[in-house]
Amino acid sequence: MTVIANLGAAAPELFLAGAGIVLLMFGVFRKSDATAQVGWLAVAALVAAAGLVLTGSKGSATLFNGLFVTDGFAVFTKLATLGASALTLILSLSWLAQEQVKKFEYAILIIFATLGMLMMISANNLMSLYLGLELQGLAAYVLAAFKRDTLKSTESGLKYFILGSVASGLLLYGMSLVYGFTGTTSFDKLAEVLSHHPSTGVMVGLVFMLSGMAFKVSAAPFHMWTPDVYEGAPTPVTAFFAIAPKVAAIALFIRLLAGPFADLVGAWQQVVWLISILSMAIGAFGAINQTNIKRLLAYSSIGHMGYVLVGLTVASPEGVRGALVYLALYVFMNVGAFAVVLSMRQKGRAVESISDLSGLSRTSPGLAAALTIFMFSMAGIPPLAGFFSKLYVFMAAVKAGMFGLAIIGVLTSVVSAFYYIRVIKIMYFDEPVDSFDRPATANTVILWGTSAVTLLFWLWPAALINSAQTAAQVLFPG
Amino acid sequence: MIIQGLAFYLFSVIAVFSAVMVITARNPVHSVLWLILTFFNAAGLFVLMGAEFLGMLLVVVYVGAVAVLFLFVVMMLDINTLNLREGMAEYMPVGVAIGVVLFAEIAAITGGWVLAPEIEAARAQPLADPGAVSNIQALGNIIYTDYIYLFQASGLVLLVAMIGSIMLTHRTRPGVHKQNIAAQLDRGRTVELKKVSTRGGI
Repeated sequence: MTVIANLGAAAPELFLAGAGIVLLMFGVFRKSDATAQVGWLAVAALVAAAGLVLTGSKGSATLFNGLFVTDGFAVFTKLATLGASALTLILSLSWLAQEQVKKFEYAILIIFATLGMLMMISANNLMSLYLGLELQGLAAYVLAAFKRDTLKSTESGLKYFILGSVASGLLLYGMSLVYGFTGTTSFDKLAEVLSHHPSTGVMVGLVFMLSGMAFKVSAAPFHMWTPDVYEGAPTPVTAFFAIAPKVAAIALFIRLLAGPFADLVGAWQQVVWLISILSMAIGAFGAINQTNIKRLLAYSSIGHMGYVLVGLTVASPEGVRGALVYLALYVFMNVGAFAVVLSMRQKGRAVESISDLSGLSRTSPGLAAALTIFMFSMAGIPPLAGFFSKLYVFMAAVKAGMFGLAIIGVLTSVVSAFYYIRVIKIMYFDEPVDSFDRPATANTVILWGTSAVTLLFWLWPAALINSAQTAAQVLFPG
Repeated sequence: MIIQGLAFYLFSVIAVFSAVMVITARNPVHSVLWLILTFFNAAGLFVLMGAEFLGMLLVVVYVGAVAVLFLFVVMMLDINTLNLREGMAEYMPVGVAIGVVLFAEIAAITGGWVLAPEIEAARAQPLADPGAVSNIQALGNIIYTDYIYLFQASGLVLLVAMIGSIMLTHRTRPGVHKQNIAAQLDRGRTVELKKVSTRGGI
C-alpha cells in the first residue's frame, strides 16, 4: 500500500510513459498521416510532465523499493531536460513538415527518450541508472538513423549504435565490479559501504563507469563519435542529441559522483579533472578547421561539456551550482543556435555548410543578429548569458584553489572565441550568396525567445542562480 | 560432490571452447551452431547452481528462439566472411596484447578480493531457501514486487526497440491488392446473368 501512496512522486514519469503509449496507439490507428497531431500532442505531454515536476513534492522521496528518488536536484535538472526536449521537438515538427516526412514515430521516440532521461536523473540504484540510460540511448540510435534512405543518416545511426553499445558495455562492466566488491547496487548502501571500505576493485569499477559516462556526455577522450554522428543525423535530431541527453547525463554524472562515490572524491577528481581539460582543449582546437556548421556545433558541445565538468571537478556545492547554471543556459544558447541552423534552407533544400552563411547580415539580418548573439554568448563575451555560465564554474574552481583548471578554461575559451567569431565575420563581412527561405513561424518564435533570454539574462540572474543553489545544496547535506 | 565438480569442469570447458569457436569458425552457420552449444553448457552450469528455471529459460528462449532466428538471418543474408576478416591479422596482436594486460590487471585486483563486513547486512536480496520455495516463485516474488520499476522499465526499453525496428524497416508498398472477403461477399447486384446465344457473343 505504501508504494501506491507514494506513486505521486513519480507522476511525471508515469504520465510520460502513459502518454507515449496512448499517442503511439493514436498514431497507429489514425488512417491519415498523424505526424503533426502526434507531434503537438507530444509537446503538450512534455509540457504537462514539466508541470507535474513543478507541482510535485519539493522534498526528497524515494519509492519503488529505493530504486527511484526525487529531490530538489532532480526537479531542477528534469525541468531543464523537459524544456530542452519540448523546444527541440517543436523545431523538429517544422522540419518534418518542410521535408514532408510522414512518420509520427518521431515524436513517440522523443517522448520515450525523454522518459529515459528523467529515469536517469531520478536513478537511485545502478540498475535503474542503466535502464534509464538504455531507454534514452536506444531511442536515440533509432532517431539518428531516422532518414533511413540516406547513406549519411544510416551510417550515423549505425556508428552511434555500435559505439554506444561499447560504452554501455564499459559502464556495465564497471557496475559489475562495483557490485562485486561492495555487494550492493543501491546508491545509499554504496555510500555507506564505501565510507568504510573503499577497495581497489571499486576504484577500477569506478574508472570503467566514468569512461562509459564520459562517452554519454561526449567528453574527450571519448568524443570521437560526436562530430560524425552529429553531421550524419538529421539536423533536428542533432539538435536533440546536443541538448537534452547532455543535461540528463551530466545530472546523472553529478548524482553518481557526489552521492555514492562521494567518499572516493580523491580518486575520481583526478579523472574528471583530466576529462574536463581534454574536452575543453579538443572542443576549442577541433572546431577551428570545420566547414560544416553541425560539426562545428559538435565540437562546441564537447568544449561546453568540458566547462560543465569543471564544476563537477571542484566537488563542492558552488561547483555543482555552476555546472547547473551552465547547463540551463547551455539549453537556451544551443536551442537558439540550432533554430538558426534549421532555418538554413535555400530553395526548399537544407544547407549546412558555414560558407552558406556568407553575407547573411544583408539577406536576413534578423537571423544573422540572432546567431551573432548565440555565438558571442557561447564564446563567453559579457554581458551575454554564456559569460555568466562560465563565470560561475571558474569562480568555483578558483575558490577551491584549482587555479590550473580555471586558467586552462579561460585560455581554451579564448581559442574557441576564434571560431565563434569567424562565423560572425562570415555573416557580416563576406559577399552574400543565395538568400535563405523564410523560416517557419515556430522557429522564429523560439529564436526570439532564446535570444531574449541569452541577451537579457544579466538583468535578472538571481532566479536561476538561486534555484541552482538550492538544487546543488540537496546533494551536499551538512 | 566429486561428480558435481566434474560436471562443472566439463560444462565450463566445453562452454569456453565453443565460445572461442563461435568467433573463429569460418562458416557463419557453424558459428551459430557453436553458439547453441555454448548456451546448452551455460544452461548446465545454471542447473548445477540450483537455478533450474534459468537453465530451462536459457534453453527455451536462447536456443529455441534466438539461436534459430540467428540461423535464419545468417542463411538469408549471405555474408561474405572473407571480407569481414580483412585486417584481422593486423589488429589481432594489438587486441590480444590489450586483452592480456586487462586480464592481468583484473586478475590482480580480484586476487585481493575482500568482502566488506557490512555487506551481509546490506545485501539487497538474500538468497531464498531453495528447499522452501521453487525457483520460479523466488524470482516472481522479487520481480513483481521489489523490482517492479525495473521490470516495467525493461518493458519500455523493449517497446522502444520494437518501434525502432518497425520504423527503420517497414515499407508500405503502394499497389498491393489485399483480399477483403467481407467486401467481396458484400458486393451487391453487380453480377447479372446474360443469355449468350450460340456463335453470337455478347
